[in-house]
Amino acid sequence: MKLSNKTKVLEQGEMTLAERMYLPAIVGGMATTLKHFFSKPVTIRYPEQTRYLGPVYRGQHILKRDEAGAERCTACGLCAVACPAEAISMVAEERKAGEETLYREEKYAKVYEVNMLRCIFCGLCEEACPKEAIFLRHDTMVPVFHQRDEVIWGKDKLVEKMDHRYLRDGWK
Amino acid sequence: MEISNIWYFLSALTLLSALMVIISKNPIHSVLYLVFTFFCISAHYVLLNAQFLMAVNIIVYAGAIMVLFLFVIMMFDLKKNIPESKSSLTKLAGSVVAGTLLVILIAIIRKNTIPGPALEKFNSQTGMVENLGQVLYGEFLLPFELVSILFFVAMVGAVLLGKREAGERNF
Amino acid sequence: MELLNTVFIAKAIIVGVVFAITLGIAAYSTYFERKIAAFMQDRIGPDRAGPFGILQPLADAVKMFMKEDFIPANSNKWLFIAGPCLSMLTALMTSAVVPFGDSVTIGGATFDLQGIDVNIGILWVFGIVSLGVYGIMIGGWASNNKFALLGAIRAASQNISYELAMGMAIITILMITGSLSTKQIVEVQQNGHWNIFYQPLGFLIFIICAFAECNRTPFDLPECETELIGGYHTEYSSMKLGFYLFAEYINMFISGAVMATLYFGGYDYPGVEFVTQQFGSNVASFVGVGALIGKSLGFVFVFMWVRWTIPRFRYDQLMNLGWTGLIPLAMYNVVVTGFGILVGKPFMVSIAGLVVLIAALFVYDQLLVKKKIA
Repeated sequence: MKLSNKTKVLEQGEMTLAERMYLPAIVGGMATTLKHFFSKPVTIRYPEQTRYLGPVYRGQHILKRDEAGAERCTACGLCAVACPAEAISMVAEERKAGEETLYREEKYAKVYEVNMLRCIFCGLCEEACPKEAIFLRHDTMVPVFHQRDEVIWGKDKLVEKMDHRYLRDGWK
Repeated sequence: MEISNIWYFLSALTLLSALMVIISKNPIHSVLYLVFTFFCISAHYVLLNAQFLMAVNIIVYAGAIMVLFLFVIMMFDLKKNIPESKSSLTKLAGSVVAGTLLVILIAIIRKNTIPGPALEKFNSQTGMVENLGQVLYGEFLLPFELVSILFFVAMVGAVLLGKREAGERNF
Repeated sequence: MELLNTVFIAKAIIVGVVFAITLGIAAYSTYFERKIAAFMQDRIGPDRAGPFGILQPLADAVKMFMKEDFIPANSNKWLFIAGPCLSMLTALMTSAVVPFGDSVTIGGATFDLQGIDVNIGILWVFGIVSLGVYGIMIGGWASNNKFALLGAIRAASQNISYELAMGMAIITILMITGSLSTKQIVEVQQNGHWNIFYQPLGFLIFIICAFAECNRTPFDLPECETELIGGYHTEYSSMKLGFYLFAEYINMFISGAVMATLYFGGYDYPGVEFVTQQFGSNVASFVGVGALIGKSLGFVFVFMWVRWTIPRFRYDQLMNLGWTGLIPLAMYNVVVTGFGILVGKPFMVSIAGLVVLIAALFVYDQLLVKKKIA
């Protein structure tokens, strides 16, 4: 049954002499492979060489600090709600007097954990965050882990180090 | 090392492997022993300085015909075709016939003196390719050509048998 | 007796060296196979073991030996072990008659750089090649596996079919040379009178048959993994599998050496006389050995090049090519060569024969096509 006029009947006639002798096609094919033999390989030797993945790549999580070095996170829980994989959990705590340099807001996350086995690196936590605290960095990937206890990342691994600050294109 | 010692060793090996062709139960083993027998015979040819015959023996018998034998035997389901063991009467009759034949053969050989090859006429170059070719294409040209016609007829027959008939599906 | 002993020792050394070279080249062929495949696919290939990955064959050998050596329960144990051994044996035996170089004079004694110079040299090669199929058949049958058996049967029928055309291609060489001895075949070709110029068609037939005899792509149907899992070596593991693979590479190198001997002048190379005058005949002989090995390696490269270019033949296409393509062509070649020898101008007649063949095929094709239209 013909549904549309887009079908095209392909007629394969008898093979010509050159086609039946195989040899011209074989020589042609061998010329192609020889051309590739001398062309530059496209391989990137991965652990030694890495390629730039672009400014919007979603890699390892980071909890930002502000310019003064205080943690931006206020433990509002929006990231945990937004997370489709339910990878984020946290425990909130009230800021005490004298801790203003450590935490920017009056409430902060005492515990902030990301389960790296659950995380799908969708970036919805970054979208949801009202305080610009959590980001997925574009320049670092989560390293391979071998043990179960390496899977859950706490604040010790997530919070930004002051001597190794994360900057994205377009930020100051 | 005496050359006759090599000959005795080779002959013993040939007879042993030829016996194993008959004795071994597994047909595949029989074929392989037969191939080995052909190798021993080829070695005899080498001792006779007939290298061409040795090479042709290996190519034609060990290399082509026995491969086809092996080919056919491998295609069988060997477990289905184990012949039921013969009754003791058959075995007895078989032994009697074979024994009689053996006695007759020995008697014939003992009665008649078979003339051995004349040593003084022996030419070590007879088995070389050139001499063999001269003999085949000179003295024995007609039988040689007749044999080739025979082979040709056999080949035509095989092709005819193997040809697919109209309306028959082979696969 | 004294002389016999020196000859024996010299031959033993030559055989040992030939073995070492063959095995070394076969081992490194596995590495070059992977490298060439990688280059042809715009990759880099193995580069982790040592500089440029040159220790890869060593690592592979260690891996092969460390793997579990498995023998299936219902297999025929002795034949299962005999299969790879026979493959290896027949692969190594062929090199006995290949003349690796001209004679060398050391201390007044002259040695030929050849295993044995028998007057049936090329028939020996042919005989051993025809035995090569036993290793595959026995291994395939002894595995007690349907796919292995199918692979073995394919190998057997393929080898027998292509041996015929190969033999007829060799016959033309024998007609030109007038001898079966490989040494004499090479000597006739000295000073650039290589057989390839007189026998282009014969060489084409021979190289196609060599591909089929080595079970290399495009004729690797015995181990065709899409249809037969692994073919005859489905049940093999560890070094027994290694032997099968190794035998294939040895066969490749040796068939390259045989092709160089038969068609490319063996140890002949341009400028033999110059080197002989400058450095003496011994040096010239050793350069000749290098030339032969270089030619063989060139053929090994062609084997690999073809493997990474052409897909596998279908089984009926394979048989069709062998029986209705190559054998009639080889017969035609025999007739043309005979005519050339009769006329006394083998070179002209072989070229004319090629032209006539192509013209005849073209005319036949045109007539056939016209019939189809009408």
